[in-house]
Amino acid sequence: MGSMKITRRGALKLTAASVGASTLTALGFSPAQAQGAVRAFKLERTTETRNTCPYCSVGCGVIMYSVGDRSKNVHGKIIHIEGDPDHPTNRGTLCPKGAGLIDFINAKTRLQYPEYRAPGGKEWKRISWDEAIDKIARHVKADRDKNFITKNADGQTVNRWLTTGFLAASATSNETAWITYKAVRSMGMVVFDNQARV
Amino acid sequence: MSSLQSLDIRRRSATVTQSPSQREATEIAKLIDVSRCIGCKACQAACLEWNDLREEVGVNVGVYDNPHDLTENTWTLMRFTEIDVDGRFEWLIRKDGCMHCADPGCLKACPAPGAIVQYKNGIVDFISENCIGCGYCVKGCPFNIPRISKKDAKAYKCSLCSDRVAVGQAPACAKVCPTQAISFGTKKDMAAWADKRIADLKERGYKSAGLYDPPGVGGTHVMYVLKHADRPQIYAGLPKDPKISPLVEFWKGVTKPLALAGVGLAALIGFFHYVTHGPNEVQAEDEEAAAKARRTPAE
Repeated sequence: MGSMKITRRGALKLTAASVGASTLTALGFSPAQAQGAVRAFKLERTTETRNTCPYCSVGCGVIMYSVGDRSKNVHGKIIHIEGDPDHPTNRGTLCPKGAGLIDFINAKTRLQYPEYRAPGGKEWKRISWDEAIDKIARHVKADRDKNFITKNADGQTVNRWLTTGFLAASATSNETAWITYKAVRSMGMVVFDNQARV
Repeated sequence: MSSLQSLDIRRRSATVTQSPSQREATEIAKLIDVSRCIGCKACQAACLEWNDLREEVGVNVGVYDNPHDLTENTWTLMRFTEIDVDGRFEWLIRKDGCMHCADPGCLKACPAPGAIVQYKNGIVDFISENCIGCGYCVKGCPFNIPRISKKDAKAYKCSLCSDRVAVGQAPACAKVCPTQAISFGTKKDMAAWADKRIADLKERGYKSAGLYDPPGVGGTHVMYVLKHADRPQIYAGLPKDPKISPLVEFWKGVTKPLALAGVGLAALIGFFHYVTHGPNEVQAEDEEAAAKARRTPAE
């Protein structure tokens, strides 16, 4: 202990004062009135962006709430996601996975850019979108040139391509689905499936 | 005062005289239709997300309850019960959480002024800044709901999303529920909606279907539609007739005001005694007695 000394009389006085103060508080003479304000509504001035939940083929509508108002110097950040009440599929509701989408988009393990692993290689290497799309196009073209079937055994025109398949996502609008279908079928691709078959 | 608040207060903890106010709010309620719940836990996920809380990754012990109990982060929890009811196997799933009692035991037990408030719309909310972490609310709650945080030693529980309700939105759990097991509206509308559901359940053979809105705590602002309303205990120990502990009622209801009145009375008597008789002064006979005592010390 330091040099501070409390006499017996001082201790008694302090005790009496604190008991008196707490008694006064208990009797209703409190120093300040407690105000009860609820937590501020955290979406008050956020930017709302519509999207479709990426998980299953139900394709629920979601609203993503991000900080900022899309002004030039502000880097938006999604802080909350909830169901879109105007979406005919889910009318604002979501499943537990959809309700937890914020952690999905912020996940450390989320794939955010194209990566390439050479045949036989062990390392994934980050590549640019241009590089990735070129690579895919090159592979697609090579395979199609080699395996495209124009006529069957009876000499009928079939124009089909059986060696490459296409798997589309489920979070798709009608327009995206239409374009996907046209792109895939126009190349003669027959093996075509969708995550809608979850 | 109203400018500082988004919801009008009906009463607050450890405050003897509640301030009267003119405005009346519409009573709201959340209705949980246990018969429609599929136990998907979207409500749990939405609750954590909205309230910016996260639960630790737990350990599976062979049941679906996850986490195993309510925590300072998990304000709502699906409780699963596998049980034989009248010779039929049933899997009962109940969304547990604060019931927002009309007569809240937590608020009555709380000694910290304004740490627990009841808004006029029926929501019972914990105001963390005023919480002293004593844990009395845990003892006062007939449903065993509040949990004390290990991080900041304050009590936490469902707020019925008072921040959302204050701006005219439904609680996060009620909005997210994909099977309409949770609905939200005025207490009156919820009771009417429950009646429809109960009639439907009775038609399908659940004769004792009914509404859980226990009168022992003045009714609640979170109500259940139960298939077996005559036996709420089978739903993971939902109390049949919840009441605030008589100890809390006695101590905070009778003893505390009486004791405070006694303290006030003693101070008042002391004051008047001083005014009428003056301070206690040393008299001549006192001095004599003291001198005598000094001369003949006690043996």
